[in-house]
Amino acid sequence: MKPFTTLTAVAAPFDMANIDTDRIIPVRFLRKLRNDKAGYDPYLFHDMRFDGAGKEKPDFVLNQPAWRQAGILVAGANFGCGSSREGAVYALLDYGIRAVIAPSFGDIHYANELQNGMLPAILPEEICRGLREQLQAEPGATLAIDLPAQTVTDTIGEAHPFMIDPVYKERLLKGLDDIGLVLERLPAIESFENRYHADKPWLA
Amino acid sequence: MPSPQTLFDKIWDQHVILRRDGGEVLLHIDRNLVHEGSFHAFGALAKEGRKVRMPRQTFAVADHYVPTLGRERGVDGAEDADARHMIRLLEENSRVNGIAHFGIDDARQGIVHVIGPELGITQPGLTVTCGDSHTSTHGALGAFAFGTGASQLKQILATQCLWMKRPKTLRVIVNGTLSAGVTGKDVVLAIIAKIGTAGATGHVIEYAGAVIRSLSIEGRLTVCNMSIEAGARAGMVAPDDAVYQYLHGREYAPKGADWDRALTQWRALPTDDGARFDREVTLDGTQLEPMLTWGTSPEEALPVSACVPDPQTLGDANQRAHAAQALAYMDLKPGTALTDIRIDRAFIGSCTNGRIEDLRAAAAVLKGRKAAIPAWVSPGSTALKLQAEAEGLDRIFKDAGVEWRASGCSSCAAMNGDTVPAGLRCASTSNRNFEGRQGKGARTHLMSPAMAAAAIVTGRITDVRKLVS
Ligand code: SF4
Repeated sequence: MKPFTTLTAVAAPFDMANIDTDRIIPVRFLRKLRNDKAGYDPYLFHDMRFDGAGKEKPDFVLNQPAWRQAGILVAGANFGCGSSREGAVYALLDYGIRAVIAPSFGDIHYANELQNGMLPAILPEEICRGLREQLQAEPGATLAIDLPAQTVTDTIGEAHPFMIDPVYKERLLKGLDDIGLVLERLPAIESFENRYHADKPWLA
Repeated sequence: MPSPQTLFDKIWDQHVILRRDGGEVLLHIDRNLVHEGSFHAFGALAKEGRKVRMPRQTFAVADHYVPTLGRERGVDGAEDADARHMIRLLEENSRVNGIAHFGIDDARQGIVHVIGPELGITQPGLTVTCGDSHTSTHGALGAFAFGTGASQLKQILATQCLWMKRPKTLRVIVNGTLSAGVTGKDVVLAIIAKIGTAGATGHVIEYAGAVIRSLSIEGRLTVCNMSIEAGARAGMVAPDDAVYQYLHGREYAPKGADWDRALTQWRALPTDDGARFDREVTLDGTQLEPMLTWGTSPEEALPVSACVPDPQTLGDANQRAHAAQALAYMDLKPGTALTDIRIDRAFIGSCTNGRIEDLRAAAAVLKGRKAAIPAWVSPGSTALKLQAEAEGLDRIFKDAGVEWRASGCSSCAAMNGDTVPAGLRCASTSNRNFEGRQGKGARTHLMSPAMAAAAIVTGRITDVRKLVS
């Protein structure tokens, strides 16, 4: 997994709470293969981004020239609630978004972002609102995220500390692989399983 | 005396293999379920040259992409080439990895969250995972069951464990007794309306209280199913005799001496008196009416006697903004009585309300009546379809003019052409009313099977208690 340390990128203000993963990627695209040739970027926010004829909706934030290249989203509370589809993360990543700043996240989506080396940064509701106001006032402005310092620096240079569990922070900084971390501990796992299944033989 | 523990505490502690710095544990996973949508995880696993470590603990079922019509043609009945490919890919991945597979033609096929309990794969005290958010359903049998994304699913396939931080606990107590016509679906919609779609984020919910205890296994499965709609990591109900009776004799349930041993272990699982939860919420079940959603979030739900709310009167700025947008999408005006809303379509099925009790409840309303709108029923599993046919329920639906289809996810997530056309309004027994969930521009009202059946008869939202007494 690609480590995440710092990121300075154009940030798009997404002024909406409860953005569910059905919105991030509608279900009909989940059957699509994802490989080096075909990413999931065309599907990101598809039905908010495009009209019935497949034409861009000019009002949608990522269709505006200043935010087309966004690498960060600043969203409302409960970002990524709903379906567990990891396609939502693939669509964000393939579009070029590596961090989402929001007051809270859906649990499964939060884990999915971390699993893919994306940073879900939790900042208080008022700070998120303030950031969105700054970005609206200055379209195309960048935010700077510093994971070691756990800060988001806004457009006027003020640094806001964000929350992340130390365990997840370490994972992101080092780009650690979960499976690798498990397989290093195989003897402990096997002895657990032997004991456990001796007690519950019907599960073995 | 050890300190009192919750059901969740007990299951968690029994599954901790080891702890890492920072409070993360490695958790043993008992049962893992996969469906066609799991192809990303299998693909990544193969790419990394890894194998499924404990294939006997994973079960595969085709549900999301199987068509509900033309099933006699097997995989070829799926109109869409991508869907056919995914159904075959699951079979292939299962074969290569030595995983039990319930394919499109298998008598055990059904929606993953219906067949887990139905086959006894789900049991009290187990950790159950699936690459699907509604895995919370299985908690109704007293399991800790939760959904994961593809990467975590890959980790479970490769290792049979998962790194996890301990979630918090929330006890939702529903006291009193339910009046006639009020079901598990109404209970859970009322809970979500009260605590909100993010109300249980980071928490595992244990549902307790007289109302929950009085619910059938089907009713509990419905309640736990929608835990994720309150943001919860999982939902669970303490196991009791109803659960043990339900499980006895099922294909993957323990047998003989194992059964007795399991029973002893299961009986020790319920939350001890005095155990501490991080939070607690209480509802009075006696006050509950049939519920339905008016907006585009499961928390935007009200009793059937209510009117469409004025967004300006709602809680916080986020809710007001969401409600205003929801009313525009749903084409509804504040102040309209919910029972004045016309309905164009109905769907009875899904992992929320596609079980036998749900089909019986809908049939009881439709018996001797005629459908005023197009509607279909998709039973939660192939076995349930046969059971319902043996009970004559299919005849009741067909006589009423309601289509009787095969089992699958169907219209819950607009699969295989089972979509609601843009602008039309659907009474649905599923779990999500998000914009576009049942098709682009589709308008969804979530409700119980009995309420959906009442809407089928009248073509509008109807208090089922006025239709049948
Ligand atoms: S019925 Fe709906 S919610 Fe349940 S597993 Fe299928 S798509 Fe998901």
